[in-house]
Amino acid sequence: MAMAGTVARRGLFARPTAKTGVWGWMTTVDHKKIGILYGVTAFVFFLIGGLEAIFIRLQLAGPNGKILDAELYNQFFTMHGLTMIFLVVMPMGVALMNFMIPLMIGARDVAFPRLNAFSYWVFLLGGLFLYSSFFLGGAPDGGWFGYAPLSTTLETQGMTFYSLGLQILGIASLAGAVNFIVTIVNMRAPGMTMMRLPVFIWMSLVTSFLLLFAMPVIAVALFQLMFDRVFDANFFRLSAGGDPILWQHLFWLFGHPEVYIMILPAMGIVSDVLPTFARKPLFGYAALVFAGIAIGVMGWGVWAHHMFAVGLGPVANSAFALSTMFIAVPTGVKIFNWLGTLWGGDIRFKPPLLFALGFVSMFIIGGLSGVTHAIVPSDAQQTDTYYIVAHFHYVLFGGAIFGLFAGLYYWWPKFFGRMLGDGIGKLHFWLMFIGFNLTFGPMHILGLQGQPRRTYTYPEGMGWDVWNFVETIGAFVIGLSALTFLVNVVASRRRGQEAGADPWDGRTLEWSISSPPPEHNFDEIPVVRDRDDFWHRKYRENVPAGEPAPVIAGGAGDHGHIHLPSPSYFPLLAAIGIPIAAYGVVLIGREVGGGPIVIAAGLLLTLLSVFGWAIEPGTEE
Amino acid sequence: MSETQTSMEHVQDPHLAQHPTPRKYVNIAIILSIVTALEVAVYYIEAVQDFLVPMLAIMAFVKFVLVAAYFMHLRFDSRIFRRFFVTGVLLAFAVFGIVMWIFFLVGDGPSPTVGG
Amino acid sequence: MGTHEVAADHHTSTGLDNTKLAMWGFLGSECLFFGSLISTYLLYRNRVLSGPTPHEIYDIPYTSVSSFVLLMSSLTMVLALAAIQRGDHRGLRVWLLATAFLGMTFIGGQIYEFTTFVEEGLKLQTSTFGSSFFVLTGFHGAHVTVGILMLLMLVGMSLAGRLDPVSEGSRKVELIGLYWHFVDIVWIVIFMIVYLVPTN
Repeated sequence: MAMAGTVARRGLFARPTAKTGVWGWMTTVDHKKIGILYGVTAFVFFLIGGLEAIFIRLQLAGPNGKILDAELYNQFFTMHGLTMIFLVVMPMGVALMNFMIPLMIGARDVAFPRLNAFSYWVFLLGGLFLYSSFFLGGAPDGGWFGYAPLSTTLETQGMTFYSLGLQILGIASLAGAVNFIVTIVNMRAPGMTMMRLPVFIWMSLVTSFLLLFAMPVIAVALFQLMFDRVFDANFFRLSAGGDPILWQHLFWLFGHPEVYIMILPAMGIVSDVLPTFARKPLFGYAALVFAGIAIGVMGWGVWAHHMFAVGLGPVANSAFALSTMFIAVPTGVKIFNWLGTLWGGDIRFKPPLLFALGFVSMFIIGGLSGVTHAIVPSDAQQTDTYYIVAHFHYVLFGGAIFGLFAGLYYWWPKFFGRMLGDGIGKLHFWLMFIGFNLTFGPMHILGLQGQPRRTYTYPEGMGWDVWNFVETIGAFVIGLSALTFLVNVVASRRRGQEAGADPWDGRTLEWSISSPPPEHNFDEIPVVRDRDDFWHRKYRENVPAGEPAPVIAGGAGDHGHIHLPSPSYFPLLAAIGIPIAAYGVVLIGREVGGGPIVIAAGLLLTLLSVFGWAIEPGTEE
Repeated sequence: MSETQTSMEHVQDPHLAQHPTPRKYVNIAIILSIVTALEVAVYYIEAVQDFLVPMLAIMAFVKFVLVAAYFMHLRFDSRIFRRFFVTGVLLAFAVFGIVMWIFFLVGDGPSPTVGG
Repeated sequence: MGTHEVAADHHTSTGLDNTKLAMWGFLGSECLFFGSLISTYLLYRNRVLSGPTPHEIYDIPYTSVSSFVLLMSSLTMVLALAAIQRGDHRGLRVWLLATAFLGMTFIGGQIYEFTTFVEEGLKLQTSTFGSSFFVLTGFHGAHVTVGILMLLMLVGMSLAGRLDPVSEGSRKVELIGLYWHFVDIVWIVIFMIVYLVPTN
């Protein structure tokens, strides 16, 4: 931010300038690069979490499994859940949000580019911190939900890593949420009113508000857990009057908005994919937007449906049963709008559409089982069984993961300038679809037959053997589908068909610029006149067929002066201090000495880095 | 705490005309001090103990609003800022109110008997 | 010429400054953070299976003075902002230092209160009351401390000429001021709920 008439400011050290190479990636503040970093990292964690799932399924393929003992099983299922939720679905959503939000609203970057980089590095380091636990005494083993007092009293050290690792990840999420909210509210191109925004942007906004308000609650819960484990506090100590129900309230106050955080971006993606591949405008745009907002708001009123079996009493249970049933309404509105979009459309069955259709169909199934949980006596049978496992995998895998893949296939040409293979993409879809249903479909049956969740084995003679075996086969088919995607990625980079700016004949702004986009995104910031503005520019009535689409007129006032944020290493440095401090707490917990100094060192690094960051100008002139 | 405006201000800050003056800020601080003194006073007054909690709540609310509206300038700023903040405040009250109510339902007040 | 994030007339969709919008969003988030801590305290303050109960140990007059100090720091903060808004850098630094000093007095008071409580038998480990009290007020104190560091940083920036032009400097001071006032507001709530509301 050099001012006219002042000397160009220097930070504490020389500013990095690299735009390529390892150093370029480590100091980047470009939302497109950061999006790719998030996406690659999330995909690696997807493979790791999938491997954990394979081991779980191997262990459960038959009765009395011997692949994983109980302790190891607990670590694997805990880490599988933590990985898929916090290290895959959330960051993959953020990857797409990062790359696409500025492009879809007509901006050059997000509101706070360095904060954006900081979020990524904190996420990566948080994930590595969490996984380091495997090598430092054992991974978290108390379930991803960390119910106290089990989580506070487990002698194994994993839950200390849990309390700190999730805290670190929470910082990344909160920073990202603030960034995206300000970006969407404040950096739209001229004429891009809120009601002209693509639905993906609206859903990203609602998701970010959910993150903004939900993350602090779990932060408190995690601090309390940490204080109990490391400093002998009494938050959940029964002998001192500590209440396990408090943990559950705090956890689920976060946990329920969290599931909407995971699903709304995917719903947004589907809402933008379907119109493109049906060559029809979205049916009921306003209803979809308001349904998304309604889900976000109502999502705060249902958390105790995760606690129906805990003894809250009939009044509380009934109230939450009602609110849970009500929240199905806006979801239903969305589903009807998606169907309405497809109806009568000119459908092209490309991979993005297949995954979007997979989303809609699988999410309906998951949503229906969800409605059955809303009925308290019914849930009393279902809870803690595989029926619940089936439900959440249908909405989170069948829903979120399929939706995210739809987004990946859809926007891949924009990111990388090449198409992902069509045929391989379809193979990927079908393998994933079949494998997914083989794995999780039978869980409905097994759950109702009584197979409990979170248990490392089951005895012979329960009648569960066959379906468990089928599920394990299904898991391997899913694994195969993941490998298919990898093959597609590699093939695309080597000899993928080059994509122009607009390979899908799209409707929204991102398709008006080259693939991949130039660093500054838009040569001139467009002036927006319609929803689906790009589509209208291409197909105005008096543009003869076959003529090139008119160039989007600029005139937003930054003629020739394109200021991009400059690279910086402060976000990375500030991020590094945080896991260092966390390791200090681990040291205190193990009573090996040196903890406080390590904490101080980490915090000091972060503090000094933030100081340097604050006095460094956003753009070096 | 001079109230004279320098010529720089007209260029720099278009909102300056709406800011309270330093005198106004001091007045608000005096009100805050008086309310704080009142809060402490009612804590000790035997006669009003039955109404203590509502009285304290009102007084705390008054202080809260004064600081937010004047010191934090919410009264004079864009409604968007107010919405961001009020959403957080109301949400916190709503969800934690429900949590406290549930504990109240289950046990005998916020401290159910512990089985030991 | 012409960077985007800086001057009062930068092009944003709402006309509002990005960092100010971000700070208000963050403060909204902090309401949930302190709400969780306060609810935990409300649940646990009556569960005292060992050690002192709240009103056996609180020193209301002492804490009232402490609260008054923090309240006055909001006044000095807003006077600091008024100073820079009229271009008075010296006044800015005086009032910022006053705010920081009052904040440090508050923290000093907290530390003294904590050590006294420990001596009188209330520790983090003593009871659920002890745990919830120290974590709630401790986190508040940590927030105040971060605020003090930021105030001192602003003083340094003013001395180094980094708060020029005045519109840019005002923006930064206002930002830190918002944070500071919020931390004060949280104490207004804590003082009432924790100290003044009687326990059973």
